[in-house]
Amino acid sequence: MGKATRVSFGEQLAELGATHPSIVVFDADLSKSTQSQLFAARYPERFFEMGIQEHNMIGAAAGMALCGKTPFICSFSTFVVGRFEVIRMSVGYSEANVTIVGTHCGVAIGEDGYSQMALEDIALMRTLPNMAIIQPADDREARAAVRFLADYHGPAFLRLTRQNVADVHDDSYEFHFGKADVLRDGADAVVFCTGGVVHGTLLAADMLAQEGVDLRVVNIHTIAPLDVEAVVKAARETGRVITVEDHSIVGGLGGAIAETLAEHQPTRMKRIGMTTYGRSGSPTGLYEHFGLDAHGIARGIREFMAHA
Amino acid sequence: MDLSTSAMQRAANEMRVDIIQMLHAAGSGHPGGSLSLIDILTVAVLKHIGRNADNVDAPDRHRLVLSKGHGVPALYAVLARAGVIPHEELLSLRTLGSRLQGHPHNATFPAVEASTGSLGQGLSIAQGMAMAAKLDALDYNVYCVLGDGEMQEGQVWEALLSAAMYKVDNLIVILDYNKGQIDGPTNEIINLEPLADKLRAFNWEVQEIDGHDIAAIDEALTEARKREGKPHFIIAHTVKGKGVSFMEHPTEWHGKAPGDAEARAAIDELHTLLA
Repeated sequence: MGKATRVSFGEQLAELGATHPSIVVFDADLSKSTQSQLFAARYPERFFEMGIQEHNMIGAAAGMALCGKTPFICSFSTFVVGRFEVIRMSVGYSEANVTIVGTHCGVAIGEDGYSQMALEDIALMRTLPNMAIIQPADDREARAAVRFLADYHGPAFLRLTRQNVADVHDDSYEFHFGKADVLRDGADAVVFCTGGVVHGTLLAADMLAQEGVDLRVVNIHTIAPLDVEAVVKAARETGRVITVEDHSIVGGLGGAIAETLAEHQPTRMKRIGMTTYGRSGSPTGLYEHFGLDAHGIARGIREFMAHA
Repeated sequence: MDLSTSAMQRAANEMRVDIIQMLHAAGSGHPGGSLSLIDILTVAVLKHIGRNADNVDAPDRHRLVLSKGHGVPALYAVLARAGVIPHEELLSLRTLGSRLQGHPHNATFPAVEASTGSLGQGLSIAQGMAMAAKLDALDYNVYCVLGDGEMQEGQVWEALLSAAMYKVDNLIVILDYNKGQIDGPTNEIINLEPLADKLRAFNWEVQEIDGHDIAAIDEALTEARKREGKPHFIIAHTVKGKGVSFMEHPTEWHGKAPGDAEARAAIDELHTLLA
């Protein structure tokens, strides 16, 4: 079922190579996993295998961007965002037109365990004032985001899944950068979610509907810049807010929403996400363990609604 | 512009005065590593890059990345000499609203080419710029000035491996080897030696020169224009604080601006060189 957003990315980027001669792609010995290999196969002269040197990859891509290229640099999100100080200087502060593609985010990567799981990457990237952060929820959205980023000018971070994700959009979907995407209307509470947990959140909303709880579900594909107006409006209209993400609840989507609402629309709120380091296990087993599958998300929302 | 050896020597010493005046006016900054660097930048930027107000935006311009960003007063002085910025603007260094940030910022002032100051990052950027030239079939060189202290950073050695692997032979590194860093002499903190042997083992074309000998710098940069499949590394032995006797010390004048009397004494001494 569904497709991993890293695969959607790889396929779409390889297609864009034909129409965007300025696109160059870098990888740090993970092209088979990030799917940058699809671009490499078609445009080998514009693909740079940088080896296991993420610092140097980020800097070299920034240098190319400053010479007019449109680099996409790819690795596991934790490995590339972990070299944050180079991103901060050579990409962010330099206003270099580099898209950082971080795959294998969240505990959903499974058996490899915590060392390969990015659980803090959004939190780090959110601190850079000009860093666009996009996390697509399914294949259509991932493709649209890649097309958008090919023409975007500025530092950007694209956060992608290792695991397959079910479709939450149909062919009529249009991606609007910086705009919240309402997937389901509801009046009792609003659930803001992002990335690989969006589909599970919709399933949770279905379960809770059976119990008479009417949830609004809003997909936040663009975490920065956040659609403040839509977030505040939904909070005001429903009076209860839940966030769901496969990331630390500190500094990620939950953090972003909490900061926004604390200033503009103080609202009762619960953040669902990671509060510990990750561990090894099957992806589905881990989602069950950490309460990020549909049942776990429903349980979290149910507990919150009982007291809020 | 007169680019004879003697004229460049004189220009470098005049810019030493600029550096002292800038740092004195700013009340902070890095004199030692700016004075050690100025002879290298004079020859590289004015003669080999040929920077001027007309080519500062040209897509095929030669580029220089000052990886040791704390030496930027020297770069600003050279850019003023090249006519890219007005000379009087130099005294705005480090003040609110100035293009002349305390460390280079390309988004504020594109002529510096890259943002540096967090040590160890410039060589990677320079490598990417040099590879972009190859991709675009443009003929420019990318010069990168490193400090010896920052050669302790792992990222520098990543780039040294990578640029040789990619045969980036339009990349020319000049090491301002002034032997000092904040906490002590470089060879007592983390020794780089034997450096030339290491770099040759990394498949770089290596030269070793006196970084205050204008003719030697000129000759080495000419040699480094050869495109033979290897990136170029010029180890330029320098003296921190060069030109001002009381600043010639490996650590004492790393990050301390001269006060009124010190600035006056330094400029008086430099004027004897210019007399």
